[in-house]
Order: sequence, then C-alpha cells, then structure tokens
Amino acid sequence: MNDLVLNIFRLAFLALIWLLVLGIVGSMRLDLSIGRKARTGTPSARTLRKHPELAEPEPTSRKAASTLEITDGPLAGRVIELQGQPILFGRAQDATVVLEDDYASGRHARLFPQGSRWFIEDLGSTNGTFVGDTQLTRAQAVEPGQRIRIGKTVLELKA
Amino acid sequence: MTEVQTAPVSRRNLELLLLLLALAVGASAFYLVGVTTEATDVMVIVKQIGVLGVLGLIIHVLLRIFAKYADPVILPIAVALNALGLAMIYRIDMAKSTDQASRQLLWTVIAVLVAAVALWIIRDHRTLRRFTYISLAASLILLVLPMIPGLGVTINGARIWIHVGSYSMQPGELAKITLAVFFAAYLSSNRDLILMAGRKVGPLQLPRMRDMAPMVLAWLMSIGVLVVQRDLGSSILFFGMFIVMVYVATARISWVLIGFLLVVVGGVFAGSTMGHVTRRLNTWLNAFDPEVYQASGGSMQIVEGLFGMADGGLFGTGLGAGSPYRVPLANSDMIIASFGEEIGLIGVVAIVLLFMLLISRGLRTALGSRDAFGKLLATGLSVTLALQCVVIIGGVTRLIPLTGLATPFMAAGGSSLLANWIIVVILLLISHNARRPMDETATPTDVVATPSATHKAVKSS
Repeated sequence: MNDLVLNIFRLAFLALIWLLVLGIVGSMRLDLSIGRKARTGTPSARTLRKHPELAEPEPTSRKAASTLEITDGPLAGRVIELQGQPILFGRAQDATVVLEDDYASGRHARLFPQGSRWFIEDLGSTNGTFVGDTQLTRAQAVEPGQRIRIGKTVLELKA
Repeated sequence: MTEVQTAPVSRRNLELLLLLLALAVGASAFYLVGVTTEATDVMVIVKQIGVLGVLGLIIHVLLRIFAKYADPVILPIAVALNALGLAMIYRIDMAKSTDQASRQLLWTVIAVLVAAVALWIIRDHRTLRRFTYISLAASLILLVLPMIPGLGVTINGARIWIHVGSYSMQPGELAKITLAVFFAAYLSSNRDLILMAGRKVGPLQLPRMRDMAPMVLAWLMSIGVLVVQRDLGSSILFFGMFIVMVYVATARISWVLIGFLLVVVGGVFAGSTMGHVTRRLNTWLNAFDPEVYQASGGSMQIVEGLFGMADGGLFGTGLGAGSPYRVPLANSDMIIASFGEEIGLIGVVAIVLLFMLLISRGLRTALGSRDAFGKLLATGLSVTLALQCVVIIGGVTRLIPLTGLATPFMAAGGSSLLANWIIVVILLLISHNARRPMDETATPTDVVATPSATHKAVKSS
C-alpha cells in the first residue's frame, strides 16, 4: 500500500484512540458530583412532565445552622461555631467538645454535616442521646431549635 | 439549599456507544497490523474483534438487566485495552510466527464468561461480605498452591505458576481479589475498634498491638511471597493495597508511617541479602553497563525496550512497522514498550490515560458507595489496578526496577486477564449500588472516614 495512505491511516488510528479517551472524559463531565443528587440546575419542562416528583418544592426559609449553643449543664452558655466538620462529644480528652459531665460517656455522640443538614449519631453511649424526648437509635437529622440532650448537657443548633 | 434532583439516568446507551468506539479502535489496530505486514487476513480481524464484541455485548446486556445504573465507562475502557492487547499480541505473532493471539483470545473468552457468571451470581456486592474469613483462607490457599511439588513450576526464577494439564496459571492473580474482599470486610466491621483504641504519642495515634495483627499478617504474607516465591511485583502489590485500604478506613497517618517503615526494613533486608533482588537493582541502576547488558538475565530486555520506545518517538513507527519483537517477552511484560515503539508517545499516553480513567472511575465508585464495605472494596480493587500499572509501566520505562507484573488487560497471560475482568465486574456492581436511586430519604450515608484530625478544629477547654 502507498506510504502516504498508510501514514494517514496511522494518524487516523492515533486520532481514533484519542477520540475514545476524549469521549470518555466528555461523558464523565456530566457526572462530577457525588451521590444521588448528582446534578444541580432546574429540570427542564420535558423532564418534569416525565418525572413530576422532581418539581422543586416550595422554598422553605430554613437556613443552615451556623452555631451550636450549650443551653444547660456544666458548660451552659458556651457557643461553638460550626465549621462544616464533624464534632465529637464526650468526656475523652480528644473529643471536640470535652463534656465534664458524669452522665456522659467517653465518646458519647457525634454531630456531622451532610448536604445542608446536621446529623447527630450516638456512638454507643451508656446513657443514650436524646433529640427532644426521643432516644436516638440511629443517626438523625437535627433542625435548629431542637434540643439535643447528652447526659445533663443540653445543646441546640442556632441558625 | 434546596437541591434539585434529576431523575437517575442509567446511561447504558452511552456505554453501548463507547463500547462500539472501543471495538472500532481495536479493529483499526488489527487492520493496521494486517496492512503494514502485508498479510491482511480479514478473517483474523473478524474473529478477534467479533468475539470480543460479542463478549462485551454479553456483559452490556447483563448490566442492562441486573445493574442498570452501573458506571458507563468502565466496560468500554476494559474492552478497548483488551482489544489493543490482542492486536499487539497478534502483531508479535506475525513477526515470530507463533500463535499466542488465539490463546489470548481463548483466555479472554474464559475470563469474560467467568466474569459474566460472577455478575449474574453476585448481583449485590454486599453478599461478598459474608465470605470474610473464607476469602482469607482462599487467598492463603491460592498463594500456597504453586509451592506444592508436582503442581507448581518455576518460570523465570519465580515460583508462581501451577500446571493443570497443558495450561499454566498464576493463582496469585486471583488472590488479590480475595485479599481485597477480606481486608474490606475486616476493616469495615472493625474500623471503630481500630480507630478508638490505642495510645497517643505526640501527633500520632498508635494502634493497639492486637489490632495490628492483620497488618502484620499482610506484611508477613507479602514478604513471604517475596522470599519463597521470588515474586517482587506481587509482594509490592499486596502490601500497597493493604496500606491504602487501612488508610482509607481509618484516616490515620500513623498506619501509613508504620507501613512504610516495614517496607523500608523489608526492602533493605531483601535488597542486601537476596540474590534476585540485588540483581534486579543492579540491572536497573547500571542498565547501560555493557557487562550488565550482556549478562544472562541482565538489562538487555529493558534497554532494548528503551531503544524501541526511543525509535518510536512521538508518533511511533506505525503498528506493524517497528521491531518490538527484538525485546524478550514483547507481548507480555514488555507490551508497553512494544506500544511505545509502534504508536509512539501520543498513543502510549492515550493508553495510560485509559488506565487512569478506569482507576479514577473505580475510586469515584468508592466515593459514591453508600456502604463502608463497598467503599473499601472499590478502593482496594482500583488500587490493585493502579499499582499493577505503576509497577509494570514504571519498570518498563526504567523509573523503578523492573518486576514482572502483568499489564492489566493487555499482557499475554490468562490468569491476569481473568482476575482483572472479575475486578471490573465487581466495580460495576458496586457502582450500580452507588448510583442507583435511594429508597429512603434523609438518611446519612455510611461514612467511612471519621478523621480524628478534624476534631482538633474546635476544641473547648
């Protein structure tokens, strides 16, 4: 076969393999975020007709909590700035908030952000963690204003 | 604030499109080889690419049925790499008048069919968690098999092969999957214990001795592989995978430091006392020394590979136009050098990018995975692929000492192909679980890492 044609074929092959690479990269561009709520942006009218459950709910005035206030217990009055990082409560010295509370366990509970909300999770404490009056059995979302009780300490998220 | 959801899209059509593109790349590689060597045999192209296409479609259809939301780019990348590997093996066959390509195609058929059956049986990767200790036992058996007299054979100084009938296998290749399953299951259930217990020394939180036991076991195993089977590559692979998985599970830098310390101790010991490791180091450092070059088992292989890649330059000599067959093992260990010669830097970078994309999709799967086991398993399996690429491509390009590991999906060799296809199927299943729409709302995902370092952020005194 003609050398020129052959060289064109060779270049075309290199172009084809790069087309594959770029095609893959391009298809991943749509998929750069994590989890179910993968893509943001308003769904198109067509998507909405097909999936009515995607309609944007009425905007709520809920604002992300920015501080955590200790309202009762030995540390009452203390305010902790939330910085988007998990907070560990307990008597252990390496806890984020060291509770000097005889009814708290060493590693009692953990408050962590996910999405725009904060979740509280009991870490197997002896006396349990309460949101309102109910004892936690699994990680649960907390809204500003709800009372979280750990031992004798009561905490509240503030917007 | 209010997150707008889009309907979960399965993206299987995109996968089909990319799959066809991957097959087109493979077919044109075969065509170029045929045209250049003037032995255009349309039947070979039809047979090789046709069979691979059918296999790809089988997995694709199974995914449509059982794992609709699986990642759409993993399968096309695997098929593209496999097709390129087949083309290069065929090209070396043409020069040497051997018939490795049909053998490799047969292994591809076996590998993909086994992977398809695995996909069909496993369905949900969490079932693998039930086999925590069974997979540990299986790994030990797989690693010990080649040591059994009569069954195991020594090839090129490494005793990692077994002979069954006329076929030889490397059972250690499968051990990396079972080990990843064991580590993922063990770490996901004992993570809290490992995290909470232990003394603090300065900024490091040291793990307790008894939590260290599996780590020590892994270290002993990889050193054992190195000493008894003389297989440096697998030993790096096993230990690297374990360190990464422990780090991902605990986010404790102390484990990584301890791990590196053990590597340094083991490496210095092996480098100074064991003949084959010392020789490897010597051929790496003094590759261009004529004496080392001419010695049997010397640096001839790696230097010829480097010359080949230099000859290829930016655009390569063109598939079928170079002389990669001058390098020993041009179709297995040195296949990247063969590609470097014939499709040049531009082509090899594309291949390396394909590997990177595959690995990044695996890690992305781990990020999105909702259960700790899936996260760790996806991380472990992607890291295995990554380490194989680093060790072998780094070795061929003389960045690190050359050790015999198979280039995933490309190198001639059945066991590696089988293991890597099973890895791909497991990653696909995990990614299906990660991307599938969730049933319940407002439940936090099972977070793997709870780094203690972040606790320092707000400290009340």
